[in-house]
Amino acid sequence: MSLTHTSPTRKLKDKSAYIIAGAAFVIAIIPLISILWTVIVKGAKDFDTYFLFHSMRNVAESDSFGGAYHAILGTLEQVGIAALITIPLSLMVGIYLVEYGRGRLSQAVTFFVDVMMGLPSIVAGLFILSVWILGAGFQASGFAASLALTILMLPVAVRSTEEMLKLVSPALREASYALGVPKWRTITKVVLPTALPGIVTGMMLGIARIMGETAPVLLLVGVTQSINGNPFSEPQGSLPLFVFNESQNSLQTAVDRGWAAALTLIILIMLLNLIARLIAWWKAPAASR
Amino acid sequence: MSNERLSPVADADEVEVRDPRSGLTAKAGLGDRLFGGSARGAAVFILILMAAIAAFLIYQAAEAIGKDQVNFVTSFTWDPDGNSTPNGQPEFGIAAIAWGTLVTSVIGVLLGAPVAIGVALFITQYLPRKIGSVFGYIVDLLAAVPSVVYGLWGLLVLDQHMSGVSKIIEDVLGWIPLFKTDGTYGSSMFTAGVVLAIMILPIIAAIAREIYKQTPREQIEAAYALGATRWEMIRLAVLPYGRSGVTSAIILGFGRALGETIAVAMVLTQVPGLVTRILQPGGNTIAANIAVQFGDAFTTGRQALIASGLVLFLMTLIVNYAARVVVRRAGKAGS
Repeated sequence: MSLTHTSPTRKLKDKSAYIIAGAAFVIAIIPLISILWTVIVKGAKDFDTYFLFHSMRNVAESDSFGGAYHAILGTLEQVGIAALITIPLSLMVGIYLVEYGRGRLSQAVTFFVDVMMGLPSIVAGLFILSVWILGAGFQASGFAASLALTILMLPVAVRSTEEMLKLVSPALREASYALGVPKWRTITKVVLPTALPGIVTGMMLGIARIMGETAPVLLLVGVTQSINGNPFSEPQGSLPLFVFNESQNSLQTAVDRGWAAALTLIILIMLLNLIARLIAWWKAPAASR
Repeated sequence: MSNERLSPVADADEVEVRDPRSGLTAKAGLGDRLFGGSARGAAVFILILMAAIAAFLIYQAAEAIGKDQVNFVTSFTWDPDGNSTPNGQPEFGIAAIAWGTLVTSVIGVLLGAPVAIGVALFITQYLPRKIGSVFGYIVDLLAAVPSVVYGLWGLLVLDQHMSGVSKIIEDVLGWIPLFKTDGTYGSSMFTAGVVLAIMILPIIAAIAREIYKQTPREQIEAAYALGATRWEMIRLAVLPYGRSGVTSAIILGFGRALGETIAVAMVLTQVPGLVTRILQPGGNTIAANIAVQFGDAFTTGRQALIASGLVLFLMTLIVNYAARVVVRRAGKAGS
C-alpha cells in the first residue's frame, strides 16, 4: 500500500461531506429564489405609476385599482424621522464608547446596547405604546412609530459606529495631538472623516432594517386608507403594514395589491443595501477590493 | 470616569483629559468639555431608555395581571377583555402561547441551524475565496428580506407545499402524538417553524462563516500533514475551533425566532388553547398573539398584551445571555 493511498471509505466520507455542504447551500438558496421570483412575478401585475402615486381612499378591497402612495409616504417619513433621531445619537454614543469610555458607564452602555440588539421588535412597539399612548395619552401617529423604529435602529447604528471608530489607527490621533489639536477637534476633523464611509454604510444598513419592520408599526400608526403627510397627528399609512393588511383579505384584488406593495418594499430595501455596499466598496482601500 | 481626572491646578476651567488609547494628556478647553459631555450624555440616555422600557412594561403588565382572574403563568385561555368569560372579568394566561413560541422556535432552529452550518462550511472550506464571498453575499440577501414578505410568501406559496410534506411526516411518524393530525395540514406550527428556519439561517450562517474563516492556518496545515482528507481536516480543525462561537450563533438565532412576529402571525391559523399537534392548522405564539389581538383589544386587553410582551422580553434576555456565557466560557477555557 503506497503512502498516498486513501481508503475508499474515507474517500466516500470526504465526497459525501462535500455534497452535503453543497446541498445545504442549494437548500438555503431555494427559498431566496422562490421569494424573489414570486414577489417580482406577482407584484409586477399591479406595480405601475398609478399604484405608486394613488392611495386607497374611497377604494373598496374588491376594486382592481388603488395604490400604496399613502403607505409609501408614511414609511418614508417614519423611517426618515427615526434616522434623524438615531444618527446623531448613535454617533455620540459610539464616540463615547471608543474615545472616552473606560470604566463602569461604558461597560453598562455596551451591555445594554447588546440587550437592545436582541430586543424583539414587537416589544419595542409595546414600549412606545405604554409610554407614549397609554402613558402620555397621545394618539396613534407616524411619529409614535418613528420612536419605536429609533429603538430598533439605535443598537445597530451604535455597534457599527463603534466598530468603524475602532478601526481608525491610533497613530492618526497621536499625530493630531502632537500638533496641539484639542481632543474634540481631533475626533471631528480626523477620526470621524476617516471612519465616515464605514459609518455611512452601517447607518444605511440600519435604515434598511427598520424600513421593513411591521410589528411595532402595527401597534402605533393607527388605521387609515388616506394620504396623511403629517406624521405628528392622525393615523398614517405604512408600506409593510399595507402588505400585512392586504394579505389578511381573501379577495384576489387585495392580495395582488399586497404583492405589489411587497415588491415596492423589497426594491426600496435592496436599493438601500446596494448603495450601502457600493459606498463601502468604493471607499475601501484599493488593496482589499 | 477613570480617564478624566480633575487636575489640581488653580484654573478651575481647565480640565486635564487623558486619551485612553495613547495615554497622552492635554488641557481640555470649553469645546472639549462640551463635546465630551454630550457624548457622555448620549451614553447615559441609552441607560435611561433601557430603564424606562423595563419600568413602563412592568407597570402596565402589573396592572393587567392584578385584574386577572386566573393564574397568568399556567392558564391556557386568552380573554383579557372578558368577552366570553362568565362574569365579563378578564381571564388570561401565558402558558399556551409561550408553549407555541418555544415549539415553533425549536423547529426553526432544528431545521435552520444544520443548513446554516453546511452553508458556512461550503462557503469557507470548499469554495475559492472570491467565489465564496459572492455566494456569502447571496445568502446574506435572505437577511435583507423583510419579515412581512416572508409572511406573505409563507402564507401564499410555501404553505401549499407544506401539506404534502406534512402528510409524509404523519405517515411515517404519526404514531407519535406530536405528529398526529385530524386530516388537515398546513398553516401549522410546523409551517411557522420552517419560515423561522429560513429567517434565522442567514444570521447563523453569517456568524459561522466569520468564525470558520478564522481557523488557524497551522491547525489546518497540521491536519493535512497527518494525511487527512478535507472532511477530516474540517472535523479535526475547523469544527472544534468554531464550536463555541457557532453554538452561541445558534442560540442567538433561537432568540431571534422567539421574537419574530409578523411572519408567524401571517402563517399560523390561530387557535385558542393549547395545541400539541404541530402538523395541523393551529397554534399561537406570544409575539403573533400581540399582533393579531391588538386591533380588538381594549385597555385591559392592551395591558395584558404588554404583560405577555414582558414575558417574551425576559425569554429573549435569558437566551441572549446564554449565548454570551457560551462564548465567555470558551474564551476562558482556551486561554
